[in-house]
Amino acid sequence: MTGRERSVARIEDVTQRYGETVALDAVTIELPVGCMVGFIGPDGVGKSTLLSIIAGARQVQSGNVIVLNGEMKDQAHRSAICPRIAYMPQGLGKNLYPDLSVRENIEFFARLFGQSKSERNWRISELLQSTGLAPFSDRPAKKLSGGMRQKLGLCCSLIHDPDLLILDEPTTGVDPLSRRQFWELIDRMRSRRPGMSVVVATAYMEEAERFDWLAAMNAGKVLATGSPAELKASTGSATVEDAFIGLLPEQQRRGHHRLQIPPRRILDTEPVISARQLTCRFGDFTAVDRVNFTIEQGEIFGFVGSNGSGKTTTMKMLTGLLPPSEGEALLFGQPLDASDMRSRYRVGYMSQSFSLYTELTVEQNLDLHARLFHLSAQKAKARISDLIERFDLEEYLSQGTLDLPLGIRQRLSLAVAIIHEPELLILDEPTSGVDPLARDRFWELLIELSRDQEVTIFVSTHFMNEAERCDRISLMDSGRVLATDTPANLIKARGVATLEDAFISYLEEATGLRASGTKDPAPSGETPNPVRSPTPKQSLFSLQRLFAYTIRETLELLRDPIRLGFALFGTALLMLVFGFGISTDVNNLSFAVLDRDQSHESRAYLEELRGSTYFVEKAPLATYADLDKRLKSGDLKAAIEIPPGFGRDIKRGRPAWVSAWVDGAMPFRAETIRGYLQGMHQLYLTDPAVKTTMPAAAPPADIEVRFKYNQDFDSIYAMVPSSMSMLLALFPAILMALAIVREKELGSITNLYVTPVTRIEFLIGKQLPYIAVAMVNFSLMFFMALFVFEVPFKGSFPTLLLGVLIYVTTTTAYGMLISAFTRTQIAALFGTAILTVLPATQFAGLMTPVSSLSGMAQIMGRAFPMTYFVPISIGTFTKGLGFTDLSTNLAELAVFIPVLTLLSLLLLRKQER
Amino acid sequence: MRKIANIFWLGIKELRSFMHDYVLLGLVIYAFSLAVISQAQSNSQELHNASIGIVDEDHSELSHRIEHAFLPPYFQLPHQIAERDIVPLMNSGRYTFVVDIPPNFQRDVLGGRQPAIQIDVDATAMVQAGLGSGYAQQIITTEITDFLSHSEGAPLSPVNLDVRIAFNPNITTAWFTSVMGIINNVTMLAIILAGAAIIREREHGTMDHLLVMPLTPFEIAMSKVWANGLVITIAVGLSLYIVVRTFLGIPIAGSIPLFIVGVMIYLFFATAIGIFLGTVARSMPQLGLLYMLVYMPMNMLSGSNTPLESMPAWLATVMQASPSTHFVSFAQSILYRGAGIDVVWPQFAFVALIGGLFFGLAILRFRSVAAQTV
Repeated sequence: MTGRERSVARIEDVTQRYGETVALDAVTIELPVGCMVGFIGPDGVGKSTLLSIIAGARQVQSGNVIVLNGEMKDQAHRSAICPRIAYMPQGLGKNLYPDLSVRENIEFFARLFGQSKSERNWRISELLQSTGLAPFSDRPAKKLSGGMRQKLGLCCSLIHDPDLLILDEPTTGVDPLSRRQFWELIDRMRSRRPGMSVVVATAYMEEAERFDWLAAMNAGKVLATGSPAELKASTGSATVEDAFIGLLPEQQRRGHHRLQIPPRRILDTEPVISARQLTCRFGDFTAVDRVNFTIEQGEIFGFVGSNGSGKTTTMKMLTGLLPPSEGEALLFGQPLDASDMRSRYRVGYMSQSFSLYTELTVEQNLDLHARLFHLSAQKAKARISDLIERFDLEEYLSQGTLDLPLGIRQRLSLAVAIIHEPELLILDEPTSGVDPLARDRFWELLIELSRDQEVTIFVSTHFMNEAERCDRISLMDSGRVLATDTPANLIKARGVATLEDAFISYLEEATGLRASGTKDPAPSGETPNPVRSPTPKQSLFSLQRLFAYTIRETLELLRDPIRLGFALFGTALLMLVFGFGISTDVNNLSFAVLDRDQSHESRAYLEELRGSTYFVEKAPLATYADLDKRLKSGDLKAAIEIPPGFGRDIKRGRPAWVSAWVDGAMPFRAETIRGYLQGMHQLYLTDPAVKTTMPAAAPPADIEVRFKYNQDFDSIYAMVPSSMSMLLALFPAILMALAIVREKELGSITNLYVTPVTRIEFLIGKQLPYIAVAMVNFSLMFFMALFVFEVPFKGSFPTLLLGVLIYVTTTTAYGMLISAFTRTQIAALFGTAILTVLPATQFAGLMTPVSSLSGMAQIMGRAFPMTYFVPISIGTFTKGLGFTDLSTNLAELAVFIPVLTLLSLLLLRKQER
Repeated sequence: MRKIANIFWLGIKELRSFMHDYVLLGLVIYAFSLAVISQAQSNSQELHNASIGIVDEDHSELSHRIEHAFLPPYFQLPHQIAERDIVPLMNSGRYTFVVDIPPNFQRDVLGGRQPAIQIDVDATAMVQAGLGSGYAQQIITTEITDFLSHSEGAPLSPVNLDVRIAFNPNITTAWFTSVMGIINNVTMLAIILAGAAIIREREHGTMDHLLVMPLTPFEIAMSKVWANGLVITIAVGLSLYIVVRTFLGIPIAGSIPLFIVGVMIYLFFATAIGIFLGTVARSMPQLGLLYMLVYMPMNMLSGSNTPLESMPAWLATVMQASPSTHFVSFAQSILYRGAGIDVVWPQFAFVALIGGLFFGLAILRFRSVAAQTV
């Protein structure tokens, strides 16, 4: 970085819209270089959008964004500076890979930035040392605590020594001790690299006090900028939180006043909840460990702790959703009974995700819950209108809940939870992500419920200022209650100034008691400032980056037993089913006879039929009605009627007639039966053994039908190679589509947006492991064909192998293409299934050659790779063909690879919209 | 009474949710219109447009007559090919049939020397090969007989066979594939809709919410059965009346209302298994993978694609336990053969029984679902 730069990023008049929502509204702001810049404001005001634009992860819709002296709309500039930027998106470790270990995660990022092995190892060990993650380098990321995951995210971001570090809400949901350690770590990193600029977004206003420069945001606009001191001075407030409230537009602030909590009237009743030694285990993991507490009537009782500390699990046990592994819980003085319907009328519950039906409107949500609690029509009406008024929901009544601002949604959720006037209210993190004003309003409602109506409220939170509003709180960490008392007493007991300090002091005591290894080692003797590697050259294509994705994808697949099991054995299982089950050999056909002649001649005729291996005779028919009924029920596939006088006609030399009825429900079977019957009839006529008629004259010509390739005309020789083709179309495509969409859904796609990896490296890197899986599938099925189905292999194996390789490349590419249109894994799965199953089973030559199809079916068949692979599979297996015979098919199949890859490439975006 | 009210109102909620899920809505519409039409028009069940080559080494009147007797829609117009090309062209799959007329064929026929005419059949194209070889023999025999009758007249056989195809006299593919397409889609969608409805509630956290309200798992599951079942029943009805009868012009012999009753019974089973899978899978992708393993065999082996008789006996016995097999069977009885309730009631009962079994299993699993952390 040169000294000439004054600002690290300049944003001019940027507006971003998503549908009708305006995320950023003509924002203009300049971020000073070399300092810690903080964006403050509640969820959904545009902080994340702004940060992702600065990081280059999101496309700029209108306006100019200049980062590190260049226009971010310029693709060349973006790829030039991306090695200088590090971006940690919102959500705990969202760009990390949960199944990979700490070390593997960092290695993946190091490879993306083109670091050599020695440089990589040296950097990783240095980062692990300084963050204190070294003892856990082999632990999978998903098993890390929130605080440790954040540190890992930081390691991954710092692996390439960025000049600009962008952190989007890095500490949300993390316990106060880890939070404090995280900021100390950032400070240390900055002191070692003084030129580094850090841009942070946060919802914790207390944290913002320590930043150098702040930008307060609301509703897509920047309200004010300046140092924390300046902001506080300009609004005359004592804290940043108050300053933020002071900066909000007048209209929004109206009616807001400092929250007053009237003292609680102590009632002399039995406790509403008492938990005794409550424990919950999932396998060998103890989520809640011997928890004890009691909650009195009318009390506001708080559970305070980080994500994953056991708050939700405890609440689930108290609502009867989860059976406790040990211990007991008393509700209203009675042991908790999950099947007791009466107690459910006395409890209201609001789960973490607000538990509303997002597809319903506000009114429909209220109405549904009133009905489910069986409020009488009159009472429901009164209750709903009362709640609408008290919760200010009037203007949103007919809106879908999905479009509501978070604060409104939360209020509605509370209204829904109390519609039946419960005595006890259990609220799981009811205020996360909501702005301070809405939070205060929400608390006003809670206080009113508690103080005026003596409703007992059990609430969980990770905000310290909310914890302070509770009558009593339990501090939770790793499934254990560290302490329970009033907030004031807790502060007093530890002899500290704030509740946060008290919590930290309890945490330190607890972590000290636990294995000492989990404690952060103070970064001992800073390594001398390392030589910075030269900024890696930006190449257009790098095998190292491609393999970074291949290695990662392979590791992930190997560690996901469900996906792996499905990938390896799903095909084998279905192969077994299809190989045995799908057959076009028509036999075991049931038939019955209505012999109304009962003569020697009629029996001679029927003898021919009875001797056939295709037919199985059922009990004879007595009447036409019988014939009709049994054909209708499907009991018979064919019925033969020999009329009276059959024998007499033959004897007299008059042409005799036999009638046959064939069940036409299944056209193919009917055609085949007709063929069999006619064949048998011909045989009868020319059979020298049949003495009842004069043998017919020898036919004028001898028609020889030669079944080539499959003399016995046994469908297994065609169906097994075809089933193999079908399964190799289905499974690789689905797995591939899932693999790409998974990244979109989980958020790790961001790494494609903000690291030097190119789209083609990303796609092919991810495709390789699935091609390998498909080849394993093929070998399994090949051996099944040989040894289970005993279909001999007659042709050239190298040709088949080459064909399979090309084919599975196309089918994975097909999945890749479908993934471009889908956003969620489920859509990818069903999209792929629908777009593959129909053409694969019906239109690609599985049963009927594509050339015989017509209309849309023919077109769908021609556009599907399987159509070109079936001849290769059958050709090598059954027809005994080699490379030259099949070269045309191979070439046609190969054309799909560039076409599908190119289309996927064009549809995949290097930036989020 | 309360139970019924709960089931009703939860089901109404389910319908509203469904109407807002445009992807699923689109899927249902596609599955019962376009997908059915494309299968109906595929002609995949009959001999249609079979590719045929002719090696004419005779160049006589008779050989020309034979060549011109192969006509659409059964066969494509035959191509003249050379004898040495037979093997490569058949290897590449260009022709499914090749008729080889030897030199002096007509002379030998007239001379009563019984010459041999050869039909090579690619026996890996199973459906076409099986049907087509019979057709080809008939066509050639008829042509030769006609040719000869000019000169001497064909004698009538002492015994004649009259084969009549019941229920589908012209053996039209569309009659079969359109209805079977609907049936396969019923299975597919019922499992997806019900399973996804459960997973959606779990992912949104509303399942926990329902379970702490005064509702029983039976009520929750039953509401999903009726709501999703209703959607599909309506779709089936519309598809039968509008797509199959009106658009495709396929006459339906039997009673559609009786069939709809059968569909409803089957939907009870299919949605129950969907709900069951929804309680087994922990996420949407897992549901999808499970679904593939359950749906594919149920569909492919039900008799809606290939005849049940041609399976190995053990597999056919196993498939008798699958309601999809009975669904296909009673659908064919009712719709094609015009069977009444007296014929199909045992199958109805069996489907309902298995449905009840899965429904019970799903309800038993409901509680443990809440115990799984997301």
